[in-house]
Amino acid sequence: MNGAAVADRSARAWAVLDAVPDPEVPAISVCELGIVREVLDHGASMEIVLTPTYSGCPATEVIERSVLDAIDAAGLGPARVTMRRAPAWTTDWISEDGRRKLRDYGIAPPGPVVADGAVPIRLVGRRAETLACPRCGSMHTERLSAFGSTACKSLWRCIACREPFEHFKPL
Amino acid sequence: MKASISIPADPKVQYLLRIGDTCLILGQRLGEWCGHAPIIEEDIALTNMALDLIGQARGVLTLAGNLCPQDYDEDQLAFLRDERDYLNPTLAELPRGDFAATVLRNLMLSTWLKLLWERLLDSSDAELSAIAGKALKEARYHQQHAADWLQRLGDGTEESRRRVEAALAMLWPYAAELFESDAVDAAAAAAGLGPSSDGLREPWLSEMAAVFAELHLSMPAQGPFRSSGRRGVHSEHMGYILADLQYLQRAFPGGAW
Repeated sequence: MNGAAVADRSARAWAVLDAVPDPEVPAISVCELGIVREVLDHGASMEIVLTPTYSGCPATEVIERSVLDAIDAAGLGPARVTMRRAPAWTTDWISEDGRRKLRDYGIAPPGPVVADGAVPIRLVGRRAETLACPRCGSMHTERLSAFGSTACKSLWRCIACREPFEHFKPL
Repeated sequence: MKASISIPADPKVQYLLRIGDTCLILGQRLGEWCGHAPIIEEDIALTNMALDLIGQARGVLTLAGNLCPQDYDEDQLAFLRDERDYLNPTLAELPRGDFAATVLRNLMLSTWLKLLWERLLDSSDAELSAIAGKALKEARYHQQHAADWLQRLGDGTEESRRRVEAALAMLWPYAAELFESDAVDAAAAAAGLGPSSDGLREPWLSEMAAVFAELHLSMPAQGPFRSSGRRGVHSEHMGYILADLQYLQRAFPGGAW
């Protein structure tokens, strides 16, 4: 197979994947979520390398299935999915488009992840997180719970417009 | 036909099972709060953490299974092992108790797991190091959640304070086991697989002391009692939790849906 054809097949696969929605946050694609690491063309088959978001994310298997179905439906198969855990997925990998779509969908996108390292637990003097309401833009918001409807989100409320909303936690 | 699988006496397998079983059994305990937590946000939080823990357990048990000559998978290890082959510290299997006991145990174990994952980043096993990279981030959230609640309860009402103190008296004696090193630890440390447990004691005590100081709680003295779950000798509660966990696969072997 010549180089141009290889590039074409991978590029087409990337385009297909960019239309595969995340099952739990269907507003964004698996590419925008930043979990597609590589698309490899092995000639006889394609290999899609994914990095899981959370250890226990129940969507992982569904994502694998929908990725394979989409590649097959586009006539680019056969394909297989391999999981690559390292380096660990971070919300910093969510694309700019992905962040905008999250906000439009009513989910406050994650801010930058604070540099890893030994972050001690803090009980007092903890700087309160500030977050803009994805509906009205007010900064007058408060966190209700660090854990939301899925592992990746926390629960918030806007005090200005009174609407509850979710926040994609930086991880 | 033998109903249960047997585990090789390989210290690497045992070292991994101690970690994976801690996550699995604590996750199972936290899952019990589904529909029972004092408020819906906590119902969601505790079950979210259970999900993280079970995900971590899946990764580590898969790894342990690969090292067994029988090449067990995660499901066989979770559902077909007898109590004596489960190697979680006893603390993880104790009944969930009230909310104060749950958050105190979460603080004790999430701090322990966080320190362990930090060290496992340098494991000679690339897959274990990769699991640790993700699990560490999750453990930090779990630890912060537990510390926040312990503070609220400790500084709350007389009743909440009383419950925190009762939980401390009940759970603290089970901490000593977390830092006992033996031949399994020594083999893991020698192979670069992971740290020996005794090295976690000082950093753990110092993180716990920081939280306790905030609450003016004094750290109980360590008595002679030693629990022994990590050696497979469990409390009377373990059989019941395994009955819950394993019933379906024991009644319908290989059942899938």
